[in-house]
Amino acid sequence: MSDIFSPTRRRFFGLALAAGAAPLIRPRRAWAASTLLNVSYDPTRELYQEIDRDFSRAWAQAHGGSPVQIRTSHGGSGAQARSVLEGAPADIVTLGLAYDIDILAQNGLLAADWQKRLPHNSTPFTSTIVFLVRKGNPKNIRDWPDLLRDGVQVITPNPKTSGGARWNYLAAWGWALRQPGGTPDTARAYLKSLFGHVPVLDTGARGATNSFVQRGLGDVLLAWEDEALLATRELGPEQFDIVVPPVTILAEPPVAVVDRNAQAHGTTEIAQAYVEFLFSPVGQKIGARHYFRPVDPAILAENRERFADVHTFDIASLGGWAKVQKDHFADGGIFDGIYTK
Amino acid sequence: MTRFMFASIVYLLVAIMIIPPPVLVFVMALSHGVGTMLATFADPDALSAIRLTVLVTAATVVINTGFGVMAAWTLSQFRFPGRGLLIVLVELPLSVSPVVGGLIWLLVFGTQGWWGKVLEQWGYPIMFAPPGMVLATLFVTFPYVTRTLMPMLAHNGREAEEAAVMLGAGLWQVLWHVTLPGARLALVSGVLLTTARAMGEFGAVSVVSGHIPGLTETMPLHIETLYNGYQTVAAFTMAALLALMAITVVIARNIVERRHARMGIAA
Repeated sequence: MSDIFSPTRRRFFGLALAAGAAPLIRPRRAWAASTLLNVSYDPTRELYQEIDRDFSRAWAQAHGGSPVQIRTSHGGSGAQARSVLEGAPADIVTLGLAYDIDILAQNGLLAADWQKRLPHNSTPFTSTIVFLVRKGNPKNIRDWPDLLRDGVQVITPNPKTSGGARWNYLAAWGWALRQPGGTPDTARAYLKSLFGHVPVLDTGARGATNSFVQRGLGDVLLAWEDEALLATRELGPEQFDIVVPPVTILAEPPVAVVDRNAQAHGTTEIAQAYVEFLFSPVGQKIGARHYFRPVDPAILAENRERFADVHTFDIASLGGWAKVQKDHFADGGIFDGIYTK
Repeated sequence: MTRFMFASIVYLLVAIMIIPPPVLVFVMALSHGVGTMLATFADPDALSAIRLTVLVTAATVVINTGFGVMAAWTLSQFRFPGRGLLIVLVELPLSVSPVVGGLIWLLVFGTQGWWGKVLEQWGYPIMFAPPGMVLATLFVTFPYVTRTLMPMLAHNGREAEEAAVMLGAGLWQVLWHVTLPGARLALVSGVLLTTARAMGEFGAVSVVSGHIPGLTETMPLHIETLYNGYQTVAAFTMAALLALMAITVVIARNIVERRHARMGIAA
């Protein structure tokens, strides 16, 4: 009758419980010294897969011993920063925009002057915001005003959680300000009308790309240039065209070592080597191969034909991230007014 | 006639809503041949996700079975002030969104939370590590064993328990030798329900996982990562495996319940 509770069974369950729990409660330091965690944003999956492999190999060659294990996690830039803030053990962050790393600095995870520690404002690759349209551009979308035409659906993720979406939004904002007679009021009116054409708000850039590419939603995707090139060259050849608007934003996704975590894990040296590797000729070439614009002028020149000429403005021309974040994306900011009403 | 009509409607609904998704999962997994499908399991991150799913599910089932038996027994055998409130609280996770179930742990154990700083100094991280994922799964699956066990304990075998007490059995002896064996099919059913729910949990573990491939990704989380990395075949292969595991558990539960029902008729 009571066979499932017999003493031998009980002993077995006890052992199983102990065995099951043991791996759950070992300290993190045990694996940390040989493992590096890079917490990154959404469209860098393919890039860091290759970077991680090549860096690991280069490090093992230079220092002997077993290759270091590098793990990279991906998600919306804001959401990823939030995870690190709450304790995700990132040795390195490679996020979509500087503000998301500033938040970590404000909470003491790394030095406030982190952006001065590496060349080019700690940005190894730049990108820009372009339009991805269906093959042949059936809705004839050439420039920002075309997005407001009747029957045009625009796909862009949620600027509250996605770094790419904030660049999309700011590209549109900056363009509107630069029009004859452009003021913050006309820019606000433009964006309000633009978001009236947005049927879904994904949380990250990759989710938005999936909505447009795999699920066939919308007529135009506002996208990172790297994401758009990946989609046209590798996901759906002959399915999409890229339209470079006459004016767009220079997107600078920066990188940093998370000092406090790296010190706790004993990985400061290798984490520093990792971020420096991104600026090395090898790292820059890998970036170009994955459609990120290298900051090294020589390697950019080698890859000239991959990247269209663009006229860009940068985030500093809009007042810098601290101001932009407060004015536009904070609770009760301009974006809330645009999207709720 | 009416019976036939209703049966047809149910069949139709199942054919439209329930059958296509799992079938499609298997079709997509096999879309590039068996070789491509099996290559999914050559990836250490995939194996790690399977291992972690089994580990988290096992830990959750063991702990929640203990809690569930305790809660069901206490709530069915005793009358005490606040009992009604306790029943509501035990069932709370059924109505709270799993995302909230993850966020509460972040508030308690995250670096910005109440205990985060202390845990960080000790070097025993809970969030963004397997223990946090177990906690999140525990919260979500807390009610299942209690829910399936409580009605059985409330109605079955009071006489046997009373007889045992009269014969001098202590509290633990009654629980272990009389009450639980009498309700063992209900218990097994609750355990299997917990297992199925724990394996597939996404929302709660997603919040506390950090999505680190090879370390803190369970199968549902890894499926999302694969899908977002355009590894469609691998994503659907994992999904197919997870579906198989869940279907096995559900079938096992049905067999148990059928035996249960037959015993009920016999008694």
